[in-house]
Amino acid sequence: MLAFIIKRLGQSVLVMLVVALISFIMFRYVGDPVASLVSQEATMADQAQLRERLGLNDPVHEQFFRFLGNAVQGQFGISYRLQTPVSELILSRLPATLELAFTSVVIALTLGILLGVFTALNPKSWASAGIMAFSLVGVSLPTFLIGIGLIYIFAVELQWLPSFGRGQVVSLGGWWRTGFLTESGLRSIILPAITLSLFQMTLIMRLVRAEMMEVLRQDYIKFARARGLSKRAINFGHALKNTLVPVITITGLQLGSVIAFAIITETVFQWPGVGSLFVNSVAVVDVPVMAAYLMFIAFVFVVINLIVDILYYIVDPRLRVGGSARGT
Amino acid sequence: MTEPLLSVKNLKVVFHLRRGDFTAVNGISFDIMPGEVLGVVGESGAGKSMTGTAIMGLIDRPGEVIVDEIRLKGERIDNLPEEKMRHIRGRRIAMVMQDPLTSLNPLYTVGEQLVETIRRHLPLSHDQAKKRAIELLADAGIPDPQSRIDSYPHQFSGGMRQRVVISLALAAEPEMIVADEPTSALDVSVQAQIMKVLKRLCAERGVAVMLITHDMGVIAENADRMIVMNKGEIVETGSVGDIINRPREPYTKKLIEAIPSIKTQNPRYAAAVARGEAETTAEALVEVKGLSKTFDLSPSLVSRLFGGKHRKLVHAVQDVSFAVEKGKTYGLVGESGSGKSTCARMLVGLLEPSAGEIRLEGTDIWRDRNAAAKRRSKIQMIFQDPYASLNPRWRVGAIIAEPMRALGISTNSTEIADRVADLLERVRLDPEAMRKFPHEFSGGQRQRIAIARALSSQPEFIICDEPTSALDVSVQAQVLELMRRLQDEFGLTYLLISHNLAVIRQMADSVGVLHNGVMVENGPVEQIFANPQADYTRMLLDAVPDISNVA
Repeated sequence: MLAFIIKRLGQSVLVMLVVALISFIMFRYVGDPVASLVSQEATMADQAQLRERLGLNDPVHEQFFRFLGNAVQGQFGISYRLQTPVSELILSRLPATLELAFTSVVIALTLGILLGVFTALNPKSWASAGIMAFSLVGVSLPTFLIGIGLIYIFAVELQWLPSFGRGQVVSLGGWWRTGFLTESGLRSIILPAITLSLFQMTLIMRLVRAEMMEVLRQDYIKFARARGLSKRAINFGHALKNTLVPVITITGLQLGSVIAFAIITETVFQWPGVGSLFVNSVAVVDVPVMAAYLMFIAFVFVVINLIVDILYYIVDPRLRVGGSARGT
Repeated sequence: MTEPLLSVKNLKVVFHLRRGDFTAVNGISFDIMPGEVLGVVGESGAGKSMTGTAIMGLIDRPGEVIVDEIRLKGERIDNLPEEKMRHIRGRRIAMVMQDPLTSLNPLYTVGEQLVETIRRHLPLSHDQAKKRAIELLADAGIPDPQSRIDSYPHQFSGGMRQRVVISLALAAEPEMIVADEPTSALDVSVQAQIMKVLKRLCAERGVAVMLITHDMGVIAENADRMIVMNKGEIVETGSVGDIINRPREPYTKKLIEAIPSIKTQNPRYAAAVARGEAETTAEALVEVKGLSKTFDLSPSLVSRLFGGKHRKLVHAVQDVSFAVEKGKTYGLVGESGSGKSTCARMLVGLLEPSAGEIRLEGTDIWRDRNAAAKRRSKIQMIFQDPYASLNPRWRVGAIIAEPMRALGISTNSTEIADRVADLLERVRLDPEAMRKFPHEFSGGQRQRIAIARALSSQPEFIICDEPTSALDVSVQAQVLELMRRLQDEFGLTYLLISHNLAVIRQMADSVGVLHNGVMVENGPVEQIFANPQADYTRMLLDAVPDISNVA
């Protein structure tokens, strides 16, 4: 187990290095950083001095290692647009994105698995047919349309929920500002969380349904029935656990993309998260922010993949070391 | 006369399909006495598994069970509600299924599955149930059950898993077991052990067994009474000795005649002896010398390059040598994992040997120049599963013509069509078949198509890897007969790979016995079958269930 985790960790570090290289190349070669930093009246001498101060005349590998060293300490330079350190910017936006992602992941997983199991166990019922039809809508409608639709119905017409922003936030331990503790914060998160979770939820549901129907056809389920086990033990003990093995992978990757691609939802709802920070930075070619965002997203995916691998290892005994057949 | 344990009256299983109803079992009635072993035999589609499943009450939609009555010890069980039926399944009637590799849940230890089943039916605490589970595993012949109880199913071999399945079936002391092809997925030597365990455990506990199988040999050696089924109906029923020695119905007679017996001499050998030319040897077409194949299964590149304790080499084939004479058949036998299919793959050119040479008419098919071209035009292969070896999206004509086109034997499409028609006639199929798709044919017909495809490039040497083991016995007899006739017509040379010793004895001129990648015995067929030298060969021959050993 330990060797397995160390091996996976090594691979994760490798992936992060590659991403850092791409991020560095973007930072260094997409446009001239000096030109973006200095004012228009700066003389050639001023520019040369800045170039020297930023270390841009050093050999490329030295610059890269310096970039890496700074990145490890969470320093990605200073935003061109806002003139504040990028790490501070991202940290101040991160809680909003993480809270949104967490809420929508919980919604997607709970509803997705429940509905998936229900439709797999009652494939012929009217309710299942309705859920399946509804899920098609969830899969095929683009996120921004769903968001705008929800805003129109619940914020404009019914006026039940706010249409944008995070509502009131409470500061926790200095830098973490949460919306979970105020009524307006909770009300504000409902619409964006539903919007963000809808696609994942329908995907998980369809995946669980297809996988579970496949598992229910297996011989070991028939054998479990032939042993007279109770319906609950068969469906939730034997079938669901086997269903989750392949579902874990896809779901893990999808959860990464919930955080990474919250951009659209955050834009539609003007949610002050990392995604909208990125969109604003792209508009003005704020390269340090973009580079840092790239590293951040890669980090999220690497961590989630690591967790998925370890989960897999825990759920499926066939992957554990020393699992070869013995005896005749 | 005592009361029957299970009494089935007029059982029908109907499947309501879109294109109409399909009757899988059509009005059968039978009784099973307490402690009796009742064999149910029939070819695929005879409805024998459906009968077992229907008794367990496990037929799912769109299937429907219509029955006058099923009585277990005089008490009706066919009209019980599902929840009551659950207490009969496993508790009073248990089941053992065919494939031990798929009938256990891979994510739970065998102990968890046993304890769950025991506690479902018997009022025991977790510790008591675990104690009982260990006893059951020990009874089923699993060594060191104390520690093996915490193993997962994949940590057991096929035979051991089937023992676990049997302990699961016996977990709650049932009165009857439905054993659906309990040994069909296992090697002969393991098969014999498993049947012994099943019979012993059931005899000790007075459990009745309904033994469903396609293998008449298994029934002959283990059952008391038997039922012969065909197309959902009972053809004949009676004591095993009566039916096998004095079959009354034509279908039963045909079925028994089709079974190749390991005790009968090779017909060609007998004919050759009669002509007085048993000793003549033809020149060798294929010579195999010192053939070896080693697979490197080391977990990482480091251990692969530098060795160390994680280095894991599997010697699939070690130093195997034999020669196949022109126009003759060489049989290769062995259990699963013995390396026979690896040999075939190296001979046909799919897998490069680690060492040794394969010479076809003197040319080394792996190392000489133009060897690949020669290999492709002279060697062809027939695979085990005719359902998987034909492309389902291609028409039969295109399937058979492919080797001709690929090897550039012919490019003219009318000529190709003529040759395909000719080949189809040779394998005794209607030339019209070339316009159809593989799914329109039965298993035996598909294997004929596969043979026609192998013949289409006019090869001299055909490797047949278990060509009949996916087929019913009566179909197997027809396919083997066809192969024999084609051998005479075209002067073909065969390498016949099979785990079925009876088939090898009927078909081969010489035989090689493989065990764990090593050739343990090699020689003329009658010499090996009549007077085996190696212990392993003798053990294999003794383990084969045969209808002449009526219990």
